[in-house]
Amino acid sequence: MKRGWVLAAHAWLVYIFLYAPIGILVVFSFNRGRQTAVWEGGTLEWYRSLAANDLIQGAVRNSLIVGIVSTVAATIIGTLVALALGRYEFRGTGFTRNLLYLPMIIPEIVLGAALVTFFGVAAMRLSLWTVVIAHIVFSISYVAIVVRARLSGFDRSLEEAALDLGARPLQTFWRVTLPLIAPGIVAGALLAFTISIDDYVITSFVAGVGATTLPLQIYSMLKIGVTPEVNAVSTLLLGVTVVLIVIAQRLQQAPGQRGEAS
Amino acid sequence: MAGEQRKSGRLAYGLVLPTWLTLGIFFLLPLTILFVISFGQRATYGGLKPIEDLGLYLSSGKFLANYARSLHPIYLQIFWRSLWMAVVTTGLCLVISYPVAYYIAVAAPARRRNLLLGLVVVPFWTSFLIRTYAWMFILRTEGLINHVLLSTGLTSRPLELLYNNFSVLLGLVYGELPFMILPLYASLEKLDLSLLEASADLGAPRRATFWRVTMPMTMPGVVAGIILVFVPSLGQFIVSDLLGGAKTILAGNLIQNQFAVARNKPFGSAVAFELTAAVLALLFLYALYTKRKGQDVLL
Repeated sequence: MKRGWVLAAHAWLVYIFLYAPIGILVVFSFNRGRQTAVWEGGTLEWYRSLAANDLIQGAVRNSLIVGIVSTVAATIIGTLVALALGRYEFRGTGFTRNLLYLPMIIPEIVLGAALVTFFGVAAMRLSLWTVVIAHIVFSISYVAIVVRARLSGFDRSLEEAALDLGARPLQTFWRVTLPLIAPGIVAGALLAFTISIDDYVITSFVAGVGATTLPLQIYSMLKIGVTPEVNAVSTLLLGVTVVLIVIAQRLQQAPGQRGEAS
Repeated sequence: MAGEQRKSGRLAYGLVLPTWLTLGIFFLLPLTILFVISFGQRATYGGLKPIEDLGLYLSSGKFLANYARSLHPIYLQIFWRSLWMAVVTTGLCLVISYPVAYYIAVAAPARRRNLLLGLVVVPFWTSFLIRTYAWMFILRTEGLINHVLLSTGLTSRPLELLYNNFSVLLGLVYGELPFMILPLYASLEKLDLSLLEASADLGAPRRATFWRVTMPMTMPGVVAGIILVFVPSLGQFIVSDLLGGAKTILAGNLIQNQFAVARNKPFGSAVAFELTAAVLALLFLYALYTKRKGQDVLL
């Protein structure tokens, strides 16, 4: 076991590699100096200037609208399809599985290009709604996978017992199945929301005028120049997603299966 | 009984219908349109040139013009760069990640396992854009590294750390690392440790145990990790756009450029389909592999 410490040291170096850049960004979002690489003392000035920035405010609002609407839609659609795959035998199971895998597999850039071409052919003007549609398309699969995992994680005999005791199928669904898979649904929804508020590539293709989301706003800001405001807004976005992920992660860990990867 | 079976079958179709409709209209149909357009030609002001004689257009082979154009050395060079960068990224991620996954799954104290795993899951899901930007902040001419180097007197002039192959590879490895660690962990966690003990008891040196027991047993995780890292690296856009310069254009940037700047959608579509075909071919091989191994599926 004398080589154990090499393994541990390597792991900790990798953790430092993973977290140091993000950490530096967060720290420098509180830096007083405009010349961003020199620490000149702490300040909340950049966060205050974000709060006064109309472009950022608009982008946050757009991101929230897109995130909430697309998450609700994708969660409903994804939960239904997960129930179908988890509980029924039907023709088209293989097709449905592949249909759900594809949006996760196809390069984002291809999906963005396909959608913007489609909206053009269908004469749909690019707007915030075209962004919502695109986000629903790539979120359904994640919800379906998380809910499907939850469905196979619990004992089917609970549902059978409810049916044997005379509960109607719909009653069984509302009173037994739904409460049991609820943590999976919430976890799936949180992941869908996280992916939605983080997406840049696909959104950049399908966003219309005035439909700038937060990642699009950040991108255009840092293309112009690295400023303390970019660090501050990045830190905020990171903070929100980290909280959502930690909650989603907790929900996915059923009592018997702690430590399972997502 | 038979009646109930049929009823439940119909219910299943009710449950999958929203998915079929949404992904049928807003996913399969757009991809089909993109595919069709890749055989078209660009009109003078962007958009599509109408085809007057379809028979002639097809028989003259003009419909393949975009695909033929993509074989020009300028573009082949971009595809080649995308390929080797994706290969190097995948290789580096594998070599770096395996010991980390092994540490989390096998060597680390059990009470720390969840925390260590969580620390990988968080960057797995957090913004790729911001994680890439963090490197831009560190590596640029006025960035942190140059500031440290200059103020300690190690260099007299700032180093050009950005906009080269190195910065793009660094960004790719950094971005994709969690996508390699997690599948490796998943298969290492299932590893039966008594097999390793048996191998050692029977006198196998550590190295032999690793290559002949551990590695083969965790192959599904290795293959899954390779796919999860290689595929997004091949279609990468953000890393090469932010950390790369004009000399490090990848296939993803080429596609984006054809849609957003050059306004040549047919050519952009053709390149998009070449990329998609490459990805699908890989995944087909992966599907064959998992079928042979009988690995559990996600859906």
